[in-house]
Amino acid sequence: MESWVILVIVAGLVIVLLLWFFGTYNGLVSLRNQVKNAWSQIDVQLKRRHDLIPNLVEACKGYMKFEQSTLEKVIQARNMAMSAQGVEQSAKAENMLTGALKSLFALVESYPDLKAQQNVGQLMEELASTENKISFARQFYNDSVMRYNTRIQQIPANIVAGMGNFTAEEFFEVESAEERIAPKVDLNIG
Amino acid sequence: MPTRSFHEEIAANRRFSLMLTGLVTFILVALGLTIGAAIGQPLIGLGIAVFLAFIQIMVLWTAGSSLALLDAGATRIEHSDNPMLFNVVEEMSIAAGQPMPKVYVIESDSMNAFATGMSPDKSAIAVTRGLLNHLNRYELQGVVAHEMSHIRNSDTRMMITVAVMVGSIVMLSDLFLRGFLRAGFRGRGGGGKKGGAEAIILIAALVFALLALIIAPMLQFAVSRKRELLADASAVELTRYPSALANALKKLTYENTPFKEAGKAFQHFYIVNPARPVSGGGGLYSTHPPIEERIRRLQEMALEYPEPEQEKRK
Repeated sequence: MESWVILVIVAGLVIVLLLWFFGTYNGLVSLRNQVKNAWSQIDVQLKRRHDLIPNLVEACKGYMKFEQSTLEKVIQARNMAMSAQGVEQSAKAENMLTGALKSLFALVESYPDLKAQQNVGQLMEELASTENKISFARQFYNDSVMRYNTRIQQIPANIVAGMGNFTAEEFFEVESAEERIAPKVDLNIG
Repeated sequence: MPTRSFHEEIAANRRFSLMLTGLVTFILVALGLTIGAAIGQPLIGLGIAVFLAFIQIMVLWTAGSSLALLDAGATRIEHSDNPMLFNVVEEMSIAAGQPMPKVYVIESDSMNAFATGMSPDKSAIAVTRGLLNHLNRYELQGVVAHEMSHIRNSDTRMMITVAVMVGSIVMLSDLFLRGFLRAGFRGRGGGGKKGGAEAIILIAALVFALLALIIAPMLQFAVSRKRELLADASAVELTRYPSALANALKKLTYENTPFKEAGKAFQHFYIVNPARPVSGGGGLYSTHPPIEERIRRLQEMALEYPEPEQEKRK
């Protein structure tokens, strides 16, 4: 009789433990997938930026006869960013592109006729918004990494994380604290 | 001025509104039990209370979210109709890691906005034409971030659930009190040879029903105010730019006109109370917190974040 009771208690404990293990494991999997998904969201926006740039440069060309170097820098930075290999190199190239685009935006501001053109205004809005989306996607990526890293370090989830090979993910680093703040581009259209 | 991070703000508001919701649930269950006890069947009372709330919640969860949009006369737009608004919503959905909500515009000169939807993938954000005309891009972003936070925090679902429970409490109390009055006037006291215990239960149920009638709606409005503060704080988490939302709230309060078309039942959906944006908020029966408090909290958070470059130039 007594051994029967003990058996039931032990079986109950094992079941509870297993349920906890599965729950924690699945929670970690979905957190890790969120990190991966957040990373691919950044790529989506970077790709959109690459696609938009030639259109804007084309639209600006006629007006900015004296500013060809700025336009060339943007195109150059874009091509470098597109051909960059590896995370580190492409992060560097994308940052250069961000800088080049900023000076182009500032330049367009000083050509009111150009900015007033409907298609230029629209392209500027799209590109500016894409810039914002890139930094918001990075911000969300870092938030996701923080949630995931915190979770795998906390007791008792860290036991499950150790058994299931959940390793810490890296944050997306930006050069300055200022860079983290979004949005960076304001066109004041409309 | 003390600084306060949005993390602390969010945690505090979340705790408090959960507590309030728990309290409302408790009142509903206790009221069902006591009224049941007064008529001699505690479990039947509880059953009626839970059933009443459950049916309404099921109906509203399936149909409720589109009602607010209908009520406001909102029209759905696509990217080409208003690229800037659409982009701002997209930016905030990326920042929040949420699916892109549907975007609606309300043709009204009044400045206001609301979010609706029982789950993030069926949600919508609606803004008025007046809002688009009077806010700059940063301020619009702050307002949209506030609405996106309502979506992320499942506020529509929470508020509808609380409203239904409170509605059930009010209905039950009302029915019970009326029933008692009618029975009382019919001279039921004549046959009063029943025990003292039953009389005590009856009196307790009466007092409880009366109290519930007064307190439950108060709790509902308290939850609504907490969720507004929570959405303000979560908006800062998304934009990292509290001053823009503070500026937007100032405009929505001091330079605004009422949006009279908004139905009374939907007032708590909006970012500022559409009926009286100017004197809005603060009392026990207000849907929104006082605007000064919201702005003060945002300014406290603002100390942590430097202004974005572009804004400094102006």
